[in-house]
Amino acid sequence: MLLASCGQSSTESGGAGSSGDSGSTGSSGTEESTGAAASGGGSATGDDTLVIYSGRSAELVGPIIDTYIEESGVDVQVRYGDTAELAATLLEEGQNSPADIYFAQDAGALGAVSEEDLLTELPDSILSPVDERLVSEEGEWVGISGRARVVAYNTENLTEEDLPESILDFTDPEWDGRIGWAPTNGSFQAFVTALREIEGEDVAREWLEGVQANNPTVYEDNTTTLEAVAAGEVDVGFVNHYYLFRALEEQGEDFGARNYYPTGGDPGALVNVAGAGILNSSDNQEEAQAFLEYMVSEEAQQYFADETYEYPVIEGIETNEELVPLEEIDTPDIDLSNLDDLEGTLELLQGTNVL
Amino acid sequence: MTSGSKTTTRRREPAEFGGTGGKRHRPPLVVWVPALFISVALLLPPVYLAVRSLDGGFGEFAETVLDADTLLVLARSLLLALTVTLATICIAVPIAWLTVRTDLPFSRAWAVLAALPLVIPSYVGGFVLISALGPRGMLQGSLERFGVERLPEIYGFPGAALALTLFTYPYVLLTTRSSLKNLDPSLEEASRILGVGAWKTFFHVTLPNLRPGIVAGGLLVTLYTLSDFGVVSLLQYGTFSREIYIQYRSAFDRTPAAILGLMLVCLTIAILLVEGRSRGRAAYHRSSAGAARRHVTVRLGGWRWVAAGFCFGVVSLALLLPVGVLVFWLVRGLLGGESLNPLWTAALNSAYVSGLAALVAAACAIPVAVLAVRFRGRMSSAVEKLAYLGYALPGIALALALVFFGANYAPWAYQTTGLLVFAYVIHFLPQALGATRAGLLQVRPSVEEAARGLGKGPLGVLASVTAPLASPGIMAGAALVFLTTMKELPATLLLSPTGFETLATRVWSATGEAFFARAAAPALLLIVISAIPMYLLTIRDGTADEKKERGSE
Repeated sequence: MLLASCGQSSTESGGAGSSGDSGSTGSSGTEESTGAAASGGGSATGDDTLVIYSGRSAELVGPIIDTYIEESGVDVQVRYGDTAELAATLLEEGQNSPADIYFAQDAGALGAVSEEDLLTELPDSILSPVDERLVSEEGEWVGISGRARVVAYNTENLTEEDLPESILDFTDPEWDGRIGWAPTNGSFQAFVTALREIEGEDVAREWLEGVQANNPTVYEDNTTTLEAVAAGEVDVGFVNHYYLFRALEEQGEDFGARNYYPTGGDPGALVNVAGAGILNSSDNQEEAQAFLEYMVSEEAQQYFADETYEYPVIEGIETNEELVPLEEIDTPDIDLSNLDDLEGTLELLQGTNVL
Repeated sequence: MTSGSKTTTRRREPAEFGGTGGKRHRPPLVVWVPALFISVALLLPPVYLAVRSLDGGFGEFAETVLDADTLLVLARSLLLALTVTLATICIAVPIAWLTVRTDLPFSRAWAVLAALPLVIPSYVGGFVLISALGPRGMLQGSLERFGVERLPEIYGFPGAALALTLFTYPYVLLTTRSSLKNLDPSLEEASRILGVGAWKTFFHVTLPNLRPGIVAGGLLVTLYTLSDFGVVSLLQYGTFSREIYIQYRSAFDRTPAAILGLMLVCLTIAILLVEGRSRGRAAYHRSSAGAARRHVTVRLGGWRWVAAGFCFGVVSLALLLPVGVLVFWLVRGLLGGESLNPLWTAALNSAYVSGLAALVAAACAIPVAVLAVRFRGRMSSAVEKLAYLGYALPGIALALALVFFGANYAPWAYQTTGLLVFAYVIHFLPQALGATRAGLLQVRPSVEEAARGLGKGPLGVLASVTAPLASPGIMAGAALVFLTTMKELPATLLLSPTGFETLATRVWSATGEAFFARAAAPALLLIVISAIPMYLLTIRDGTADEKKERGSE
C-alpha cells in the first residue's frame, strides 16, 4: 500500500519532467488526472489522460508532444521504450493495455501489432492529408515522419563517385572488409523485407550471402555503424539518413562521414516511416484521434523537418536545406504495409547466417 | 583446526532460534513464512517462461532446444561465463590481498578506486570501450603519429570478455576483501611458526579459507555474464541473452525467446548445483571468542611499485578510461553549443527506486539467509537457489513475465513503483543474499542461544542480536542492490509508471539517437550517485578495521 502511494507521487514528477523544456507548464494540469490514473491501476480508465507508448525517444518527440500538451490542454503521459519491446509489451497486455496510442519507429512493428487486431481503423481526417504510400492499406496506422535508408561513406577514403549505383552491387569483392551493417536493427530488417518484396526472395538471399562473403563488420545499431564509418573502421555502412545530421550537429562539420542515396528506385534508398496507431482497447478514442490529427498537421510536420531532419509526410512543408529533398531521392515504389513479414525476414537472416 | 569448529557448531545449530524438544529442527515462523512468500514471488518468471515455451507445442520446443545454433549459443555462453569468472578472480584476488595485507602504497585509495568500476553500467562501458579501443578508436587516433593504422578487432569474444571482466571483477574483490579481513590471523601465524614459507602459507592456508568469498563473488560474476545484454550486443557476441533479445526485437514472437530463457534457467540451476557442492558444509565463524587482532603486514619491498602499477593499470582501464571518455563527450558537446536538459527528476527517481529496492531486498534477504545458514535442509537450499534464477535471467525476460502477470492478474499494481521495485528485488536479491549470508556466517550461534536463553523470542533474537551483528554484510548487500538498480534498464523501461524517467533511461534514450553529450551527463551523474554508497562502504569498512585494531592493541 505504501509502495502504491509512493508510485503516484513519482509518476507525477516523472511525467512533468520528461523532457525538461516545458515540464513546468504541463504539471499543474497533470497532477490530478495522473493521480487518478495511478490509483486506477494504470488500466485505461475513462479519464482524459492520453497514454502513448512511444518507441521513439524523448529526445526526438518529447518537445513536439509537450507543445501539443500546451496547446490542447489535454494531459498526455508518454511511456518511452524500444519500439520492439513496446510491441511485445502490447501483445502481452492484450485488451488490458493502458495504452491509447502506439507510436513506433518502423512500419514493421506497427504491422505486427495490427496483425494481432490490436489497432482500430483510423478516420479520414487523419489519413487523407498523408501521402498514401505512407499509411497502412487497412488504415490502421499512419506515417508521421519519413526515414530514408542511405549508404554512409567515409569521406577520407571515398567520394560519391566511388560508390555503386545500387545497393545490390555491394556484393562485389572490391568491398571485402569495408562494409558495416546492423542486422539486429529494426530499420535494417525493414530494408531486407523491402528487398524481398521488391526483388524477390532469391535476390534477397543472394545479396545477403554476397555481402556476408565480403566479411562485413556487425554493429549494434545505426549510431554505432555511423560512428565506425566516420572513424574509418569501415568505408561504408547501411544506415538511416538522419543520424548524420545529429552527428554533424554535435561533432562538427569535420565529422568523417556523409550520406549517399543509391539511385534508380533502389531498395537501398527506401523511405520507411515512423508511424502511429490507436489501440482498440482504448477508452480515449476521440482524444487519441485528435492527437494523431495534430501529428500530421503542418505545425508538427514542420517540427520533424526542422528538428529531427526527417521527411514530412504531408505536402507543402519546407525541409531543412541540408536534407536531400524527397523528390530527388529515387525511392522504390512499395506498399509499406507489406513490410510486416518480419518473421520471413528473420528466417532469411538466420538461414544465411547473418544473424 | 577448522574441522574442529565445524563439528561443534553443527551440533549446536538447531538450538539457536530455540525450539524445544522434538521441534528442534524447525525454523521459527518469522523465518519461514517470509521465506515462503519470497519463494513464490521468485517462481513467477520461470513459471511464465515454462508456460510460454510450450505455446507452440512440444514439437517446436524440442526443435528449438536441439537446434545446432542453440547448442552453439549454449557453448558460447558457457565459454564467456567461465572466462570472465576466471579472469575476474585473477584480477580481484591479488588486489584484495594487496590492499588488505601488504604495505602497498596508497592501499586505502586503491581499495576504493578498484571497487568503483562496479558503478559503470555495462552498456555504457561497452560503448566507451568500442569508441576508445576500437580498430580506429581514440587510442588508435593518439597512436597514429607512430604509424599505427588500426588496432586489432575488439568485437566478438575478446572484447566481450574484456568488457565484462573490467566491469564485474569488483564483485569478487568485495567478497574476497571481506573474507580476508575476517580471517583469523592465528591460522596463518601457526603456519608460519611451523616453518612454512609465505607463498606456501598463502596457497595452502589463506586461499582455501578465502574460498567462500571468492566463490560467492565468482557466482555473481558468472550469473551476471549470463544475463548481461549490453556488452554482448554492443560487442557482437551471441550468448543466450543476446539471442533472446534478437528474438524479441525481431519477430515479436515470444515462444522461441521463452524457450531460450527457460534453457538459461536450467543452465543456472546446473551451475548452482556445482557451486553448492564446492561450498560444502564448512562454517567460517571463529571457534573461540578472541582474535580480532591485526594481521601481520606483508612487506613487499621492491615489489611495492610493481603492485601499485598493477592496480593502476586495472583502475585506468576499468574506471579512468570510461569516465574520461564520458567527460570528453560532455565537454565536446557543450563546446559545440549543446544545451543540457535538467536531470533533477531523473536523478531523484533513480535514487528513490534504487533506495527502495535496496531496503526491500535487504529485508527479504535476512529470513532467506537465516534459513540457509542456520537451518540447512532441502527446503532452505531450494529457496536460496531459487533466488539466483531471477538474477541470471536477462532483464527483458523477467520484465515481460511481470508485464504479463501485472496486466492480467494484478492490474492494481501494474505500472506502479511497487511492481517496479518488486521486479528489482526478484532480479537482484542474490546480491543482498550473498553478502548477508557471509555476514551471518561470521555470527556465532552461541550468541543467539544466549539471547534465547535470556528469554527473547525468535523475532527478538533476529532483530536485536542477529541482524545487528550481521549488519556489515546486510549493509554491503543493500549497497550492491542499490547500485545495480541504478544501472538497470529493461525492467525500468517496461515496468515503471508511465512517464517515469531515470538516469539510466535518459542515457539509453540519448545514446540510441547518437546524442553523446546528452548521454554523458546522466551517465556521469549516475556514476557519481552510485559511487557514494560504494565509497562509504569501502571507507566504513576500513575505519571499522582500524578501530578494531586500535582497540585490541
